[in-house]
Amino acid sequence: MIPFSYSKPQSLSQAVASHAGHGSDRGSWAADYFAGGTDMMQLMHDRVRNPERIIDITALPGLDRIQVDEQSMHLGALVRMSDAACHPHVVKNYRVVAEALLASASPQVRNLATLGGNLLQRTRCGYFRDAVLPCNKRLPGSGCPAVGGQNAGLAILGTSEHCIATYAGDFANALLVVDAKLHIAGAAGTRTIPVSDLHRRPGQTPHLETQLHPGELIVAIEFPATTGGWRSHYLKVRERTSFAFALASVAVALDLAADGTVQDARIAVGGVATTPWRLPLVEQALRGRKLDAELCRKAASLAATGAVPQTQNAFKVPLLQRVVARGLEETGGLA
Amino acid sequence: MIEAHGTIGSSVPRVDGRDKVTGRAKYAAEFAPEGLAYAALIESTIAAGAIRRIETASAKRAPGVLLVLTHENAPKLPYLPAKERPAVEPVAGEALRVLQDARILFNGQPIGVVVARTQSQAEYAASLVRVEYDVDTNPLTRFDPANAKPASAAAEKKGRGPESRQGDADGAFAAAAHRVDQTYVQPREHHSAMEPHATVAQWQGDKLTLWDKTQWVYNDADEIARVFGIPSESVHVINPYIGGAFGSALRTWPHVTLAALAARQSGRAVRLELSRRQLFYSIGFRPRAEQRVQLGADADGHLQALIQEAVAQTSTYEEFADATLDVPASTYASANRRTKYSLLPMNTNTPTPMRGPGHATGLIAQEIAMDELAVELGLDPIELRLRNFAERNPRKDLPWSSNGLRACYRAGAERFGWDKRSPQPRSMRSGRHLVGMGMATAMNPAPRYPSSASATLFADGTAVVRSATSDMGPGTYTAMTQIAADALGMPLAKVRFELGDSRMPIAKEHGGSTTTASIGPAVRAACAALLEKLHTVRTQFQLPQAETNDVVLRHAGLEILEAQGKAESAEEQKQYSTYSFGAVFAEVHVDPDFGTVRVARIVGAYDAGRIINPRLAHSQCIGGMVQGIGMALLEETAWDERFGRVVNANIAEYLIPVSADVIDLDAVFVPGEDTVLSSLGSKGLAELGLCGVAPALVNAVWHATKVRVRHLPVTPDKLLLAT
Repeated sequence: MIPFSYSKPQSLSQAVASHAGHGSDRGSWAADYFAGGTDMMQLMHDRVRNPERIIDITALPGLDRIQVDEQSMHLGALVRMSDAACHPHVVKNYRVVAEALLASASPQVRNLATLGGNLLQRTRCGYFRDAVLPCNKRLPGSGCPAVGGQNAGLAILGTSEHCIATYAGDFANALLVVDAKLHIAGAAGTRTIPVSDLHRRPGQTPHLETQLHPGELIVAIEFPATTGGWRSHYLKVRERTSFAFALASVAVALDLAADGTVQDARIAVGGVATTPWRLPLVEQALRGRKLDAELCRKAASLAATGAVPQTQNAFKVPLLQRVVARGLEETGGLA
Repeated sequence: MIEAHGTIGSSVPRVDGRDKVTGRAKYAAEFAPEGLAYAALIESTIAAGAIRRIETASAKRAPGVLLVLTHENAPKLPYLPAKERPAVEPVAGEALRVLQDARILFNGQPIGVVVARTQSQAEYAASLVRVEYDVDTNPLTRFDPANAKPASAAAEKKGRGPESRQGDADGAFAAAAHRVDQTYVQPREHHSAMEPHATVAQWQGDKLTLWDKTQWVYNDADEIARVFGIPSESVHVINPYIGGAFGSALRTWPHVTLAALAARQSGRAVRLELSRRQLFYSIGFRPRAEQRVQLGADADGHLQALIQEAVAQTSTYEEFADATLDVPASTYASANRRTKYSLLPMNTNTPTPMRGPGHATGLIAQEIAMDELAVELGLDPIELRLRNFAERNPRKDLPWSSNGLRACYRAGAERFGWDKRSPQPRSMRSGRHLVGMGMATAMNPAPRYPSSASATLFADGTAVVRSATSDMGPGTYTAMTQIAADALGMPLAKVRFELGDSRMPIAKEHGGSTTTASIGPAVRAACAALLEKLHTVRTQFQLPQAETNDVVLRHAGLEILEAQGKAESAEEQKQYSTYSFGAVFAEVHVDPDFGTVRVARIVGAYDAGRIINPRLAHSQCIGGMVQGIGMALLEETAWDERFGRVVNANIAEYLIPVSADVIDLDAVFVPGEDTVLSSLGSKGLAELGLCGVAPALVNAVWHATKVRVRHLPVTPDKLLLAT
């Protein structure tokens, strides 16, 4: 671990001010916010992330609150994953979110990790995590040995020749299908963005992973009120039963009419793409049609459209299609 | 002989359980002698070549740094040769000599050490060291069986030679009515014990104390003494508790030398603890093995030919030859058999024994092949094995000292409900899941070593029994306390067993499933000798038998009464072949869409002779099953041959089973005693618990899916792409 200075600001403005002037273009920011630390500590121990300044945001007032009213629900960025997962309003109205959280990590990690931090967790790509090896994400321009290397767990969607690292999280995929928004604070004030705008595809700049400007931080996640017809579900497939990242996962939200017709659909997948990933083609194939096993399968066959398999992860193409089909069936009560 | 009343055979709870769960049990890294400083390793980042330049100036200037040692400033160490190579060392080659030259033999090799006042300071300073290399552009980092070499003469001496032959195996195979000829791959695997390896070293003059994670305190002392050219008695090794090891702590690894060297050069007590990532490069691993098996059988399923050839990896500096083909050549009767064993030197650290070393590997290939042969013959897998039961050890042509294998098949099948298995693959279902049932034979050598113990009676009526063995988790503390209490005729609560100190009576390695059968008789002998002394005292002071021990000692004016005991290996053992046996049965549920495998249950039936403590024995066997689930379904080192590095060197990506993967595991023990091996009647159990689990699972997956996976682990990609 590299020496760093540590501060624990008591207000949001203080936190943002502490960060100011400490951004850098090294791909590893010179100042880092610190909350649950479950990913950050690993990255620092492995010298993947070497901040000079740690700004502990766990004392910021109000960020650990869950607020519910008729129009929406707000989850503070410091809410622990475990608290969100078992909150009655989340369980009742945003099933996909509760399920995605419970499918993440282990109870011990969920008790410590925060929602904001979870959205920003870094990829599990083994080349990114081994500071000795080249990695365009960690050291821009050094190359991507995952292409042609150990890539069984890596992405087939949203990749570039510069990076094929998988976005590892579950929660963000669920947020995509409930149309969540993120409240962001920074030196220039606050702004709100749809969660779909948070993550960036690697393209030629895989070290830039989000749309957050240096010094900005997520302060809350806003959920629109749910309406009657929507039902949702998260399905995650992994090699071991718990405490593993997804081989493929799917977040499904379906607005079903009484006769089973899909009025609207939002589908996002994890474990297969470089960012939380919507499947507009699948959604389109579902809309206006009556949900049955046949439709689930047909729609899901579009899930891997545009996939670029690597040397070891071609299995993710059929796996993704099957996971989406099963996720749809389970959401629709067909399986 | 065997006591009629006593605690042996009863499920006494672990005597060290409370200390472990309350944190009172002290592990190597937790010892903190006065003035303790902290070490961090500097490691190579290339697979082969030499250090051209190593820049340590900024590390030396970093806060808190006491010492930066590299090959440029480290003293030349004597590294005296061993009179006899210890059993845990590879058969040929030379152990890595740390900081003695500029050569790089593998990626992750320790090339320096920093000592600082805090761990963080040491790690930071280590990160400042810059190294330039002359890179060998053709490193041996690719597992290419074409480059394998026959095992050496040294391996031959150990019975792990390049070839063995009986009859005309190739001719018989060619002529056989039914044949299986397949290749099986078991990847490199890592021990992944909970406790990371750690050493605390402290010099006082020319005497060294090591608190070190080790399964063999005596050898640890000997090895370090040879490295530094000092008498063995000058090195005191202490290690009362081990947080799991599975073989990784049998050898004295380079980091132990580095800790001792750093302590000597810095003049401070030094702690060196390996990180999880470093454990993938520093303590050995189960080598990758590719095996070709050819089985030929007649129309009735009697084996006519049994051929097994293995290629396994080793390092470029040591030849790690293990017993991969020992068990496969001993399992079944066949007039014709042939084995061939070759090794592939690679730029990697040296492999080392990992639970069921070689045996589990050899059985994976053989027992999957036997399942394939049963399919080919249309025979029930158990029936095929019964028809080929070996009445004697066919490899050594010796009678078994005891063999309960047939009873294991019977007991296991009954407990498991094997009769409910429909013979056709892909014929059983549970909801959408395909259900499969498979089985395999388990077998592991059960040797016994000479050992010694002491027994001490105190005037307060308690006794302490000691032997320099270890307890990496199987329950040595508890079993030896039971044996001692019974031998002394004392209640358990009054007897304490102590281990893990090189000043205790000498013992060999805590490995190879030898501990109970080896240390147990020595403990008994020490206790018998103590009772004899006590009898002498009673006679001398004319004290009646009814007087309790404490009264006897007080009468005699004695604070303590102590006796020594030894157990030699018996000569008659050489006329027998001693193995432990088992039969493992597994049921898996496979999601046919996703290729995910859930292990619904495993039942193992074992012949390990007399069971000292059924609770601990059961625990050890189901522990082996958990590890077997890992071996079959999860564990695989992601090796990048371009760099010679492990890409999943952490336990988030190197997957081992979690509690949720473990549903219903059960172990039963068939009755029996092996009185040839020792008067105690016990045979080894630890390694046996892993043997047979992975092939039983692979066979169950075949039965569920009709997909035969021959390259472990059975991951969803392999099942998905096959259907």
